This record gives sequence, structure tokens and C-alpha cells, in this order.
Amino acid sequence: MSLLQLDKVTKTFGGLKAVDNVSCTVERGSIVGLIGPNGAGKTTIFNLITGNYRPDQGDIRFEERSVIKLPTHLIVALGIARTFQTIRLFQKLSALENVLAGCHCRMHAGALAAMARLPFQRREERKALELALGELRFVGLGQQADQMAANLSYGNQRLLEIARALATQPRLIILDEPAGGMNDQETAALVELIRSIRDRGVTVLLIEHDMSLVMKVCEQIVVVEYGSKIAEGDPAAIKQNPRVIEAYLGTDEE
Amino acid sequence: MKTRRSLIYVLICGILVVLPVFLNAYWVDVLNNVGLYAILALSLNVILGYAGMFHMGHAAFYAIGAYTTAILNTTYHIPVLWLMPLSGLVAGFFALIVARPIIHLRGDYLLIVTIGMVEIVRIALINNVFGITGGANGIFGIARPEFFGFRIRQPHEFFYLIWAFMAVTIYLFHRLENSRFGRALTYLREDDVAAEGSGVNTAHYKLAAFVIGAFWAGMVGTLYAAKMTIIAPESFNFWESVVLFMIVLLGGSGSIPGVILGAFLVVGLPEIFREFATARMMIFGAAMVAMMIFRTEGILPPQPRKYPPVGELLADEAKP
Repeated sequence: MSLLQLDKVTKTFGGLKAVDNVSCTVERGSIVGLIGPNGAGKTTIFNLITGNYRPDQGDIRFEERSVIKLPTHLIVALGIARTFQTIRLFQKLSALENVLAGCHCRMHAGALAAMARLPFQRREERKALELALGELRFVGLGQQADQMAANLSYGNQRLLEIARALATQPRLIILDEPAGGMNDQETAALVELIRSIRDRGVTVLLIEHDMSLVMKVCEQIVVVEYGSKIAEGDPAAIKQNPRVIEAYLGTDEE
Repeated sequence: MKTRRSLIYVLICGILVVLPVFLNAYWVDVLNNVGLYAILALSLNVILGYAGMFHMGHAAFYAIGAYTTAILNTTYHIPVLWLMPLSGLVAGFFALIVARPIIHLRGDYLLIVTIGMVEIVRIALINNVFGITGGANGIFGIARPEFFGFRIRQPHEFFYLIWAFMAVTIYLFHRLENSRFGRALTYLREDDVAAEGSGVNTAHYKLAAFVIGAFWAGMVGTLYAAKMTIIAPESFNFWESVVLFMIVLLGGSGSIPGVILGAFLVVGLPEIFREFATARMMIFGAAMVAMMIFRTEGILPPQPRKYPPVGELLADEAKP
């Protein structure tokens, strides 16, 4: 049984078929890459999985459960966390508070518990703080906990988004161009981070333009062009696939 | 730094406790008005400051609380203070119904709808809906609050009632601010797409902010009705909502000390400069313009939340 299953998913915006009849599966414990030229519909697929858009046709199942009618926050609670292509942190809040946002869906205290400051609420707050700090250290931002998110470097802001996503305790994490804006050293560290996320038992699905990163870290690659899936397979097979070479890597062999 | 801040707060509290002894009834009443506006603005602050929703119809919730108290007290003679939570509930329930279809609106769109809401409530009250609101004349003969057989009637007695309620409000809202609930409101103010994507049920929290704000405004409505003993629709017009909006923005939206300072400046200061009554609005307008240019966050913007030092948590983790 695969963790995530897209079944003939179609999404149109006006006359444009952004995603056309795409089917694919993500196996538990794997690192899957989603690649394709600009405007191929990769981010739209992510937005469909996380409930930001509703598919026009087809079904998306997470752990055998259809998620297409659920609001985003419930999909997060089910175990799918994401980062954004254009960084969407809470810029004016500290790194720690950004990660605490991820802890939110695993906590229960409401307004009344907060006003009465019940014992369970205080325990929960403390546990969330420890968990948030643990995730910050996991991505290597332990020292920056008190810094305002806006003051972090671009690469560190991407890491902070990953920490916030991990704090939701997901089973599937979806990374939208995690290496965007990172230098070579940061990208190398990111490869290690993605592997250690998988080693924690979290399945990884990522969009990335950095081909060397994708080939290095992904075990399974799905290629889309003009909203349709054109190839699927392991990195070695994708590199050989003539359609992929033509559509994406270019026809000019040097 | 922290001790100096708390010292200032203790000093202000001390001054407030003894102040009525030195002031005549007129000035105590001014302070009572400042207190009522401050609590109202604190309740608006939950919606406008914490959650960042442009709500300019807060007087509607205040009106509903005041009218609930007035109607139930004059017809069924239920003691006023007992009606406080009930008025809050009625106002909160009203907010639940009217806010539900409009909370997904953003910024200026929400602003326009809430202005419409406060006008509808005022006009409904003037038109004597259900024949119970007394029309344009309003309702009179509301009883004074009684506290264990002690009847509150003098301005300085009201002063302690209002400012004690203020203390309770500050205490509870401060806790609310520093909790999962308060953080959720901050997240949706900063970026509601990111908040939803991090697992925060944004629609629920927007609605909850409205209900809590309305509940508190309803309770202040009870205090107002009991203090005036007569209420009329004109006390809850659009201008009142604008004043509350101004208090929150001027003082510092999202900041409890800021909002209270804002109430002193917007409601208290004009009383001190009564001689310049004609120039008052001009000075106010100029002050608002200057604020919006030079200090958009308000006079006392909110402080970042405090968490136990990181080192302390690390040490704790190493122990077991």
C-alpha cells in the first residue's frame, strides 16, 4: 500500500490544463522528486495534494483516504506538511515562534484553557517548546531560535520552513524547491538533511530545479511537461529516457 | 529592564487606586469613561490587533450587550451584575451568526461590511424591533448594580467596579495573548495562507476572535447600561466604532498597555483640553496623520512574546 496516490488528477484554470490526467504513487519511506520545465504544473500538483486547490477530476488518496475534499489544516493534521516555493514565513516573529506554528495542530488547549492556565495547558506549552527547539536544532538553527525570521539568511529561511513543516509531525513532507537561493555548501548540507528526514521515517516529495541535487538524493523521479506525466523511474532510467532528454534536459548532446 | 517595567505598572496601579480620593465627581466620571472605552478597545484588540481583521462595527456588540441588560433588567428585574455574563453570551452569539458569512473577507472588504453591520443594528434599535428596544428614546430606569447588598451609584464607586473589571480583563487577555490561541491569531494576521498550511484552522480562529471580542464588548455594555441607567441608539453609532478603532491603532494594535494608553489619549485628553473644544478634532486629525506617517505600529507597539531561555530548556532535556 503506497503512502500517497494520485489517480487521474486533472485541474484546469480557465482554458489552461495545468494538470492533465496525472497518476503516480509515492511509496512509504522513499524520496521522490517531481521535475519538469517551468510552468509544467509541478507546484499546482503540490497545491492539489495540500488542499489549496480542488482537482476537477480524479482522486488523491493519502494512506488510502481521499483528501480532495478536506481543508488544508485537516490535511496537515492527517500528516502531510509542506514548504512554499516563495518563502512564506511569519517574517516578524522569531524562528522559535515560526516552528511553534507547526506544533499547533498537535496541541489542544483552547481560549478557556489558556485563560485559566490549566495544568495540562502548561505541560502542553512546555512540550511544544521543547519539540520546536528540537526541530530547530535538527535543521541546524538551534542558535538562531530568538532571531526574527526576516533577519535570517535566505538559505536559513528555507531551513526554518522545513523545521516548521517537521514540527507538524508529518508522515509525508512536501518540499517546493528547497535549494532555491542556496549556495553550494548549503545545498550539500540540504542533501544530508533530506536524507536524515527520510531516516526519521518521513517520506519526502520534492520539486527541485537543481538537477544534481535531484539525481543525488531522489530514488524515484516523476517528470511532467505541460501538465502531463511523461516519465517515471529511478534517476538512471530518467537520465536515459529520450522523452525527458528532449523535453527537459535539451536535445543538444555535447 | 523587566523589573523597571513592572515597577512602572505597580506605580500606575497604586496611583489609580488612590486617585478618586483626590478628584471631584466630574473627573472621576471622566476616568470611568476612559475605563469603559479602554475595556471595549481591549476587546476590539482581540479582533483588530491580534487577528488583524479590520472590524469597524464594534459598537454593535456593545449595543447588544447594553440592550440585553436594559431589557431584561427593566422587564424581569434581574440584578444587573447577573446579567453581565448573559449579555456577553447574547453579543457573542450575535457575532457568531453575523461574522460567519463575512470572516473570509479581507481587509477593506471586511471593513465595509462591519460598518454596514453597526448601522443596521443602530437603525433596528431606532425602529423599535420586536417592540422591545424603545425606539429612538431608548430604555430608561435601568437599576444600579448591587454588590452583596451594597448599591453602586456614585462615580467613585463605579470607578472601582469598572477598573476592577479592567484588571480582570488585562489579566485574562494577557494569558490569552501568550498561549496557543494567541499565537494562532498572530499567525493568521501575519500570513493566513502560511498559517493554514502549518495546520492552523484559520476560519475557526477568525470566528473565535470575533466571538470573544463580542462577548467582552457585551459585558462592557452591561456596565455602561448600569452606569447611565438610560440607553439610546445614538450611544452606539458608527462614530463610537471609529473611536474604538482609533484607540487601538493609535495606542498600538496588539498591545495591551498600548490600547489602554490609547484610551487615555483619545477619551481622556479632550476632557483636559476642553477650552480648545473647537480645535480638538483638528488636533486629533493631525495627530493621527502624523502617527500613520512616523509610527505606524502605534505609540506602544506589542513586545515579542517571552519564552523560557533556550539554554534552560537544553539543560532540562539533558537531564533524563
